[in-house]
Amino acid sequence: MELVPAILFLQSILAATWRMATPILYAAVGEVFSERAGVLNIGLEGIMLIGAFAAYSTAYETGSLLLGLVAAIISGLLSGLLFAVFTVTVKANQIVVGAAFNMIGMGITGFLYRAFYAESGKILSLKTFLPVDIPVLSSIPFFGEVFFRHNLMVYATLILVPLASFILYRTAFGLSISAVGEHPKAADTVGINVLRTRYVSILIGTSLAAIGGAFLVLAYADQFVEGIVTGRGFIALAVVVFGGWSPWGAMGTSLLFGVFYALQLRIQAMPDVLIPYQFLQALPYFATLLVLVGLTKRRVRAPKALGIPY
Amino acid sequence: MEECTSENANQAYILRMENICKSFPGGVQANRNITLEVRPGEIHCLLGENGAGKTVLMSILYGLYKPDSGTIYFKGKKLDIHSTKDAIENRIGMVHQHFMLVPTLTVAENVVLGQYQPWKVLNDMDKVHQRIRTMSDEFGLDVDPSKVVQDLSVGEQQRVEILKALYHGADLLILDEPTAVLTPQESEHLLKFLRDLANRGLTIIFITHKLEEVMQVSDRVTVLRDGRVVGTVNTRDTNPRELARMMVGREVLMELKKAKTEPGKVIFSVRNLRVKDARGLEVVRGVSFEVREREVLGIAGVSGNGQTELALALAGLIESDFDEMRLDGQLITKRDLQRLNRLGMAHIPEDRQKMGLILPFSVAENFVLKTYRDEPFARRGFLQFDTIREYTRSQVSKFSIRVGDIEEEIAHLSGGNQQKVVVARELDRQPRFLLVNQPTRGIDIGATEFVRQQILVERDAGAAILLISADLEEIFALSDRILVMFEGRFMGEVPPDPALVEQVGLMMAGKTVQTSG
Repeated sequence: MELVPAILFLQSILAATWRMATPILYAAVGEVFSERAGVLNIGLEGIMLIGAFAAYSTAYETGSLLLGLVAAIISGLLSGLLFAVFTVTVKANQIVVGAAFNMIGMGITGFLYRAFYAESGKILSLKTFLPVDIPVLSSIPFFGEVFFRHNLMVYATLILVPLASFILYRTAFGLSISAVGEHPKAADTVGINVLRTRYVSILIGTSLAAIGGAFLVLAYADQFVEGIVTGRGFIALAVVVFGGWSPWGAMGTSLLFGVFYALQLRIQAMPDVLIPYQFLQALPYFATLLVLVGLTKRRVRAPKALGIPY
Repeated sequence: MEECTSENANQAYILRMENICKSFPGGVQANRNITLEVRPGEIHCLLGENGAGKTVLMSILYGLYKPDSGTIYFKGKKLDIHSTKDAIENRIGMVHQHFMLVPTLTVAENVVLGQYQPWKVLNDMDKVHQRIRTMSDEFGLDVDPSKVVQDLSVGEQQRVEILKALYHGADLLILDEPTAVLTPQESEHLLKFLRDLANRGLTIIFITHKLEEVMQVSDRVTVLRDGRVVGTVNTRDTNPRELARMMVGREVLMELKKAKTEPGKVIFSVRNLRVKDARGLEVVRGVSFEVREREVLGIAGVSGNGQTELALALAGLIESDFDEMRLDGQLITKRDLQRLNRLGMAHIPEDRQKMGLILPFSVAENFVLKTYRDEPFARRGFLQFDTIREYTRSQVSKFSIRVGDIEEEIAHLSGGNQQKVVVARELDRQPRFLLVNQPTRGIDIGATEFVRQQILVERDAGAAILLISADLEEIFALSDRILVMFEGRFMGEVPPDPALVEQVGLMMAGKTVQTSG
């Protein structure tokens, strides 16, 4: 490859990286809250699907992307409430409830989609969030394309991650979350309401997961497809672990995944590549895993009470 | 008694818990109509065996449990406590037996935990640090607010707990078995410190089952047994023997009869033993010793100085490194549990619930855990249930183990009775070499007395016994020789002369002491 095409290739991959990382990042940051409070929600995938469908149907019917986003958040809160009732109040096994959510999410969204939107001849696409070019900066060669020509939901992650980090490490609430996830009894003895703290953390987690799902229909693809989340919820779970249960860690790890995802898309688009596309689609998952296993030397310990009802 | 009542009339109580009842699902009556009165500025001991209801009573006061019935008066007013928050707001503090500190947070973060509204931004931690330093200096607690709790020693963590309670503001401080985790010197220091606090006007309730502590620190004692109050006495009017009788409900042998024996040939010996813990750190660093027949070799030390790993390695449960190990004259070269068993090793492990027993199994099943494959418990691969039951019944009555039904899950037995099952099972094999680790931790006086006696019986019958214990009293009562372990090494050997307790305490804290004689 000559120099210019090589740079263009790199530019196109990096430009897509952040966008690819975004839905995973929303879900992962949410899950950081949930897991730091001691609740493992493996139902992210299902909740992202529900969020995606809620966003799509609302945006489609009302014509407002913003209302779609609001609907996704509401669907996330409702899912979270149900999840919390089972895992916190009833103290059911978190893995089982999470697995149930994945199946419910798949089933319900598939059913509703077919019932309302699968008729032929209908125009089903949305007008998605458009890229917003940052004045001046977006015209910088290379970097302009990579960093300054994205849509609002992508930029919003730049607020989300520091904000989440601030809440977790610099506020009394964040301190309570850590205490509840590490040693709930100790939290209880100093007057922290363990159950309420877990409820709130779960709700933060599920509403962010739903936003991540909504991103896929409002700012990425322009319509809903059954199973549109394609494992991003599970990737988000891994991202939380490899990111050491911190929002910045989650961001780094999501971006790593994004790079491979973008790379894989580019390779698929090349005319003379003969690798079956199924293998290429598996690449980002596989590569992320390999890189992270290789890179993680410093082991961050999981919250001690993770997965244990109180 | 007459004088006591007249005193009561004049002297106001800071705390009066009246007719407290508390039962748990499953029918356990933890508190039955308990009335407790505490005077301002006194150190009041709550004495009782495990399961007597001491901790439950104090947990009710601290808002962790709701009583079924009963009333609490604090500073003359009726007190309704629904949560720990209410207790803290009423200036009641509690230092729990198992520390209520979040290990991943700093001291300062632990101190302010739960004290602010959730949306409070933690931008004034410098002030908090300053205040903790000031208080630490004032009370002589030596606490560094910026340290992460998991890096602190147990003693330091306890001081953090006390400081936390004082920081929140406490007029009444409850301490639940605070000395259980401390060295003798640390305990001494703590008791002095508590006396100081009491002199400043703080009221202290001190939960314990150790008689010497009661005699040393308290003004008055309330003794509980089976969830009832046996009585409240002035400490200066009583003695350990009387307290023990109140606590157990019968006369207790305070001193064991240890016959003089002449140690015979060496049964077990090891040279230059090194063991790594689960994290790969070397925690036993080259120790050598031998145990002879008719001898108890005691290993004293504060928990966590390598004793756990030493025991596991000797029992063949984890890998270790050594120059030479011999059991009954035979060379031990590799980790082979079966062979150790055949050569006559028995092991009473430190944690009966995790290692000695299988909790969901029945009493009978637990009795034959090591022998169920052999005749007569199995024939041609089939378990002989009648034989097993027969055998279990005879053992249960021989060791007077209190059990409803031998088919009952062993998890339902009290700690003391569970330990008796482990001891009975191990001793029935008539071991040549008996490895005993923390045999009486967390069990009541009655069972303790029994277990210790059995160890001596075994010694007199000719076994070589290695006793590992953090309980100095136990070490001195049972051992013929004592080795003191600190950070994976032996600090020296001492004879079990009661005059040397203090010296052993110093050695446990890592101080090198001239060992004479």
